[in-house]
Amino acid sequence: MLPKLKKIRNVYLDHAATTPVDKRIFDVMEPYLTEEFGNPSAIYNLGRNAQKAVSDSRKNVAKLMHALPENIIFTGSGSESDNLAIYGVMKAHQGKGKHVISLSIEHHAVLRPLEDLAKSGFEVTYIPVKNDGLVDVDTVIKAIRSDTILVTIMYANNEMGAIQPIADIGREILKYRKTHNTPYPFFHSDACQASEYLDLDVEKLHVDLMTLNGSKVYGPKGVGVLYLRRGVQIKPMILGGGQEKGRRAGTENVPAIIGFAKALELAQKEKDKESSRLRALTEYFWRKIRENITDVRLNGPEIGENRLPNNLNITFLNIEGEAMLLYLDEYGIMCSTGSACTSESLEPSHVLRAMGMPYEMAHGSLRFTFGHSNSKADIDYVMKILPAIVAQLREISPVNMGRIKHAKFK
Amino acid sequence: MENKSLKNRNLKKRADVRAKDGDGWLYSDIVKDHFFNPRNFMRYDEEGKFLSNAMGRVGSPACGDEMVLWLKIDPKSEKITDCRWRTFGCGSAIASTSVMSEMIKEKGGMKLGEALKITPSNILKRLGGLPVRKVHCSVLGDKALQAAINDYFRKTKQYDRIITSGAKVIDKDLKITDHDIEEAVLEGAQTIEDVQKKLKVGIAKPDSKEAIEELIRFYWEKYFG
Repeated sequence: MLPKLKKIRNVYLDHAATTPVDKRIFDVMEPYLTEEFGNPSAIYNLGRNAQKAVSDSRKNVAKLMHALPENIIFTGSGSESDNLAIYGVMKAHQGKGKHVISLSIEHHAVLRPLEDLAKSGFEVTYIPVKNDGLVDVDTVIKAIRSDTILVTIMYANNEMGAIQPIADIGREILKYRKTHNTPYPFFHSDACQASEYLDLDVEKLHVDLMTLNGSKVYGPKGVGVLYLRRGVQIKPMILGGGQEKGRRAGTENVPAIIGFAKALELAQKEKDKESSRLRALTEYFWRKIRENITDVRLNGPEIGENRLPNNLNITFLNIEGEAMLLYLDEYGIMCSTGSACTSESLEPSHVLRAMGMPYEMAHGSLRFTFGHSNSKADIDYVMKILPAIVAQLREISPVNMGRIKHAKFK
Repeated sequence: MENKSLKNRNLKKRADVRAKDGDGWLYSDIVKDHFFNPRNFMRYDEEGKFLSNAMGRVGSPACGDEMVLWLKIDPKSEKITDCRWRTFGCGSAIASTSVMSEMIKEKGGMKLGEALKITPSNILKRLGGLPVRKVHCSVLGDKALQAAINDYFRKTKQYDRIITSGAKVIDKDLKITDHDIEEAVLEGAQTIEDVQKKLKVGIAKPDSKEAIEELIRFYWEKYFG
């Protein structure tokens, strides 16, 4: 039976969903919510102050990405940046070609626009990933056609943390363009999950467009960035007052932009230290799970350089993810699942399915994503409860596939 | 750097997002009670000791839910005197099985005739409702019960009493059966377009279209009416 605890501890293990706003970031935002509320387009002093703050933030973000300020477009979210990159490029260049290349494990903010484009005559090739969630560079390059306009591949996966070889793909695309004497395809990468832990230097990564957002890096929600290389034309989606050099209209969300820039600065400054701290935590947690619970599988790449340091995605065989989430929630533990039961579509995670995982295993997956607030004590607390929850649900479950070997996925 | 505030906050004070129309996410208190304290499930130490004379298994983990039900049926009175179950599935699947097990064995046990009349909406009512798209899960309970009772009829050679609910083909070209439509409705389909989307098929012929629409109304009425 489940343990009765005197004190419930809140343990937030869903940092890939969103992060709290760091106090240091809130402090720089606050004046722009109250006193410095001017519209950056206004000519008087209050407006000019806001304009300067946005412009400084743009410079800072550009510097962190090894880009120029004019390459940075502030948007309303990571999803908006992805949409702008995909629709913007494909619609501006549709006279030149109608083909896009992407991955089967992309975020929905990429997949849905691609599905929509496919309905209106565009063609999309989804490159499969290997069982560990990583893509093969050659497979991507071989899929390029003479009418391919865009390659869009995520930097790091939100569900199982696989880090794709973006720099290698970028370099090969450059080579392709040189040997074929063409400006196409452009290369976009959704780096929302990567910006807290990985290098964002667009020159090293050889990307033409890159998406970032605020709510994964301890900044505010409702702000994103699209990096756009000089010379790449896009068709804007939001028309209006001509902000962001006419590429994205709407009064600048000044406090959020300032918060985002500060958040990205802190994230990039602390990424090495924080990465090794979180990697040690995930390693410790995974070891404890294996020591105390049978029939578990790590989904995605091995813990190491190909995996985000804060991500653990685990399948607990023979039980279902939502039931585990509900029990964990009773003990103050917050995480997420790839099970169909929590999704609107009642389909299990498309990412785990694309990795060749059978339905019944995807249903039993839990994702733990660590962050600033977590310590070893959190894991010790979770381990007081998790084995008992798994044991109880397994006793209730009629399924026993622990011994069954899946040919495609073991 | 650490965000200490969350650790000490009382997150037990929850927002109640349960809506009457079933759009909410959290479950009713009854569902919660049965989920956290499931009744009558087959414990490890009861395996082999619980002497059942009927067993039903429905669903599969690939679909997201699987359920096994064992019954003890008194041959003289035809009452279900005891039962055990096991379920693979989400919170509502576990709670709905638990609640059904209570329904069939309380008050000295339910007669087979009555047990066969249990519908998903009876179980739903007893649970205090479920979010619409979760209704699908609780439907397994009555199916497992029917399967177990059929198993009893088979074992006692009462073959004429076995109820077969074979699927009826509604559209020959598209190979849509009444079961497909029932499933689609349970997943929230309300129009023929919804059904086509769920089943991933093309446009139906005019004559079968009418039959499909009729069945959508029928199942919608049955489960949500």
